[in-house]
Amino acid sequence: MDHKEWREYEEKCIQERPPACMTTCPVHVDARGFSSAMKAGNVNKAWEVFRKTVPFPGIIARICDHPCESACKRGEVGDPVAIGALEKACATLQTAPPVKLSIAPSKRKRVAVVGGGLSGLATAYDLAVKGYGVVLFEAGERLGGAILSYPEATLPKQVIEEDISVMERLGVEVRFGATVGEMVTMTDLQRDFDAVYVGQGKSAGAHSLLEHSAMIDPVTFATNIEGIFAGGSWRTGSSSPILSLSDGRRAATSIDRYLQNVSLTAVRENEGPHETSLYTNLEGIEPLPLVTASDAKAGYTLEEAMEEAGRCIECECMECVKNCEYLHQFKAYPKVYARQINQNLRIVKGLHGANTLINSCTLCGLCKEVCPEDFDMSVLVREARTEMVNTGKMPPSAHAFPLQELEVANSEAVAFTRHQPGKGTSRYAFFPGCELSGSSPDHVERAYAYLTDKLDGGVGMMMRCCGATAEAAGEMKLFAESLQKIRQEWQEMGQPQMVLACSTCYQTFKNHLPEMEIVSLWELYDEYGLPDEAGSKVTGVVAVHDACTTRYEAGIQESVRHILKKLDFTIEELSNSREKTACCGAGGLVPYANRQMANDMAKRRASESQADYVAYCAMCRDSLAAQGKKTYHLLDLIYGDADLSAPAKRGPSYSKKRQNRLQLNAKMRESWWGEMVALEKKSYQSIPLKISDDVEQILDARMVLEEDIQKVIEHAEQTGEVLVDKQSGHLIANFRPTSVTFWVEYSKDEDGYVIHNAYSHRMTVEGNE
Amino acid sequence: MATNDLYPKGEYECYKCNIPLEPAKVTVTYLGSNFTVDLLKCKNCGHVLITEDLALGKMLEVEKMLEDK
Ligand code: SF4
Ligand code: SF4
Ligand code: SF4
Repeated sequence: MDHKEWREYEEKCIQERPPACMTTCPVHVDARGFSSAMKAGNVNKAWEVFRKTVPFPGIIARICDHPCESACKRGEVGDPVAIGALEKACATLQTAPPVKLSIAPSKRKRVAVVGGGLSGLATAYDLAVKGYGVVLFEAGERLGGAILSYPEATLPKQVIEEDISVMERLGVEVRFGATVGEMVTMTDLQRDFDAVYVGQGKSAGAHSLLEHSAMIDPVTFATNIEGIFAGGSWRTGSSSPILSLSDGRRAATSIDRYLQNVSLTAVRENEGPHETSLYTNLEGIEPLPLVTASDAKAGYTLEEAMEEAGRCIECECMECVKNCEYLHQFKAYPKVYARQINQNLRIVKGLHGANTLINSCTLCGLCKEVCPEDFDMSVLVREARTEMVNTGKMPPSAHAFPLQELEVANSEAVAFTRHQPGKGTSRYAFFPGCELSGSSPDHVERAYAYLTDKLDGGVGMMMRCCGATAEAAGEMKLFAESLQKIRQEWQEMGQPQMVLACSTCYQTFKNHLPEMEIVSLWELYDEYGLPDEAGSKVTGVVAVHDACTTRYEAGIQESVRHILKKLDFTIEELSNSREKTACCGAGGLVPYANRQMANDMAKRRASESQADYVAYCAMCRDSLAAQGKKTYHLLDLIYGDADLSAPAKRGPSYSKKRQNRLQLNAKMRESWWGEMVALEKKSYQSIPLKISDDVEQILDARMVLEEDIQKVIEHAEQTGEVLVDKQSGHLIANFRPTSVTFWVEYSKDEDGYVIHNAYSHRMTVEGNE
Repeated sequence: MATNDLYPKGEYECYKCNIPLEPAKVTVTYLGSNFTVDLLKCKNCGHVLITEDLALGKMLEVEKMLEDK
C-alpha cells in the first residue's frame, strides 16, 4: 500500500467522528465534552466547551430549542440527555470570566449587516472577529430582534445586554432606526460595502428588500445578486433561535470566502445539522430515565445537573478495542494505530516506535468482524511486516526462532511424503501440520489409521509445515517457496484431496493453493463416524474454543459440535464463538515477538467461561493450557485419552515438540512403510541433561532448546572455557552457534549435567565470540 | 550502556586459568553499533562473563533499542 492507500484505510475507522448530538446541533456544540465536564461538576470547563462554538452563550443557553436531544443515543436506552436544561444550568452556575476575543488584523473590507436579530448578530460577530469592518443596520432601537420578546424569567434583559455588549468590544458600528429600504437603499449598501448580509426576522420585509429575487442558495446563503447574502428565520421558516444563529455563522463563512476570492462551495458538507457515521453499541447499557429538577422553574441544581450529565454515554465506537486485548493494551484505536504504523514504515532516520505494535497482533480477524466499517488490523499488520522484511527493518529477534522451527519442520529429517502403504496412488493426502505433529504425534498416527480405514482410493501422507509461519513473519519469498514445494509434491502424488487437521493449514491452502480440493479432518470424522476405539470415559459440559482461522468456516464449526454431541458432551457456547471467536493468543507469531501479550490474550480468552474448553487446533490447546485453563484437544476426547478430573496439563516444550516431529517421521516411516530410518545423530545429542520442570518452563519461555544447551556444554568440554561461580560452585559456559549466544549454568554429577539456568543474548562480546 | 555497575556482586573465577575474574573494559557490538562496558573478565584468556541479569536486563534493552533504530 502506498501512503495514500494507508491514509484511505485509516479513514475507515470512524472512532473520531463526532457524536450524533454534536452533528445534529446546528452550531455543533460538543455536547459530549460538555456533559463530561458537567458530570465531573466542572461547570466552568463545561461553559468553556459550550461557548467555544456559540457566540452569545448566555442567551443561547437559556433559549435554545435543543434539536440535539432528538438525536441523542441515550434516548434509545431511556430518555435523551437533557442537553438544553444542562446548558441552562451551566449558564447560571458558571463563574468563568468573559470570553477572550482574539480579533484578526484588519482586512480593510467592509460588510453591511441588515437586521439586529440572532442571525445578523452572529454574522456581524464572526466577520468582526475575522477582521472585517462591520456596520449593523437595525430598524428598531435595540439589538436582539425576536429574543427581546422572551419573558424576563427565561431570558433576563441583563443577560441579553451583557452578551450583546461584545459588539462594542469587537468594534461593530450599530446604526439604530436605520430601516433599509427607507433611510438607505440596497443600492446604497451595494455601493458603499464590499458585501451585504440580510438577516431579518420572520416579520421583517426581507423579501421586499431583495426585490428581484428570493433565491437563496441553501448551502452558501448567497442570493443571485452579486455580493448579497441572506439567511435567518424568514429563510428557515422556523423560529428556532439556534438555526438562526447557525444561518448567520454560515453566511459569515461564505462572505469571508467571497471577499477572499475562494470557492464558496468547497467542503461545506458538514455545516449545519447533519448525520454522523459514528457507531455506538448500546448493548449492555442500562436504561436510565431523565433526572427531574426538584424546582422545575429554577432548573437543575449542581447535583442534579451532575447526575443528569452522568447519563451521557459519551458516545464512541471502540468496538474492536473492547474485544481485543492487543488493541486495548496499546491504549488507542485503529485509526491512530494505522497512522503510527504508516509513519513507522516511512521513517528513514530515528526510532521505529511502532515495531512492537506491528508484531503484537495475532492476525485473528476479530476486529473486522465486530467493526461497523470492516476495519481489519491484520491487513495493515501483514502489510507492515512484509514491508519491514523487504526493507531489512524487521527486528532480527522478532521471528528468528519460529522461522528456524519452520526450517526444521520442512527439513528432510521431519518432512516426508508417501502414498499409502501398498497403494500406488492417492485420492487423498493427510496433511497433519507441524503443530499437531509436535504437540501430539500419537494422534497423527491414529488419525492416519482412521483415514486409511475409512477412505477408499488411497490416503497418502504429507508431513511438513504449511508455511503460515513465513507468511505471518512477512517473509513472502520464503512463503512462496514453501507453497511451491507443496504444489510440486501434490502434483507428484496425483493431485489428491488434502485432508487438513489444522485450521491454520486449512486457511493457507484455501487462500494460497486454491487449485487443491481440501477437507477438514473434523468434517470427515463427522461424516464417516467416530473410530471404534472412540469415546471419552467421562463426559460433561465443555465450551468450544473455535480457532480464529475457522472464523468463517461454519461447516467445520458444525462438525466439531456434532462430534462432541456424539461423544455425549453438553456444549456451552462462549459469548465469543464461531465468527466472533477470540484468539488463543498464539496466532501471528505473537508468543515469539511479545510473549506477555500472547499470555494476556490467552488469559482473557481462558476467563470467558468456567467450563473446560475443547480446542481443535493444537496451538490453541497448548496456549490456553499454559495459562492453567483446562483445555482438551478434540482428538483427546475422540480417542478417550483425556482425563477430565486431572488438572490442566501444559503442552510439550519447544524442545520436546521438535523431538516429537523428528521421532514421528522415523516411527511412521518404519512402522507404516517398513523403511530403515537411520537417525543421524550429532555428537552433542548424546550429552545427557537433567532438567527439572521449573527450569524447563523457564528455558521454554526464553526459547532456549535442549540442543542449544548441549552445544554449549560440548563446547565447554572441548575447550575448557568455563567460568565458576564461587558461591554456588556452578559452572557457567557460553557458545554462539549462529546469531545468538547461549549461556548455561550447570553442574556435573555422575550421570549427566544438571541444568540450573540458561539465557541468551544477541550482542557479541569482545573476547567471547 | 556506559554504566559502571554491570558486573555482579558474587565472586567468579576462570576455570581454565584458575584466576579470579576482574572488572575490565570490554567492547560489545550489535547491528553495527559498539559500546564499551565494564564487565568481569579473565585477564589471562580474555573470557568475559555475561550474567543472567545483564543479558535479560540492560543488554536486552539495548538490543531492542538498536533493533528499533
Ligand atoms: S449520549 Fe451523550 S454523546 Fe451520546 S448523543 Fe447523547 S448527549 Fe451526545
Ligand atoms: S489480534 Fe485479532 S482482533 Fe486484535 S487487532 Fe489483531 S486481528 Fe484484530
Ligand atoms: S470498530 Fe474499531 S476500527 Fe472499527 S470504527 Fe470502531 S474503533 Fe474504528
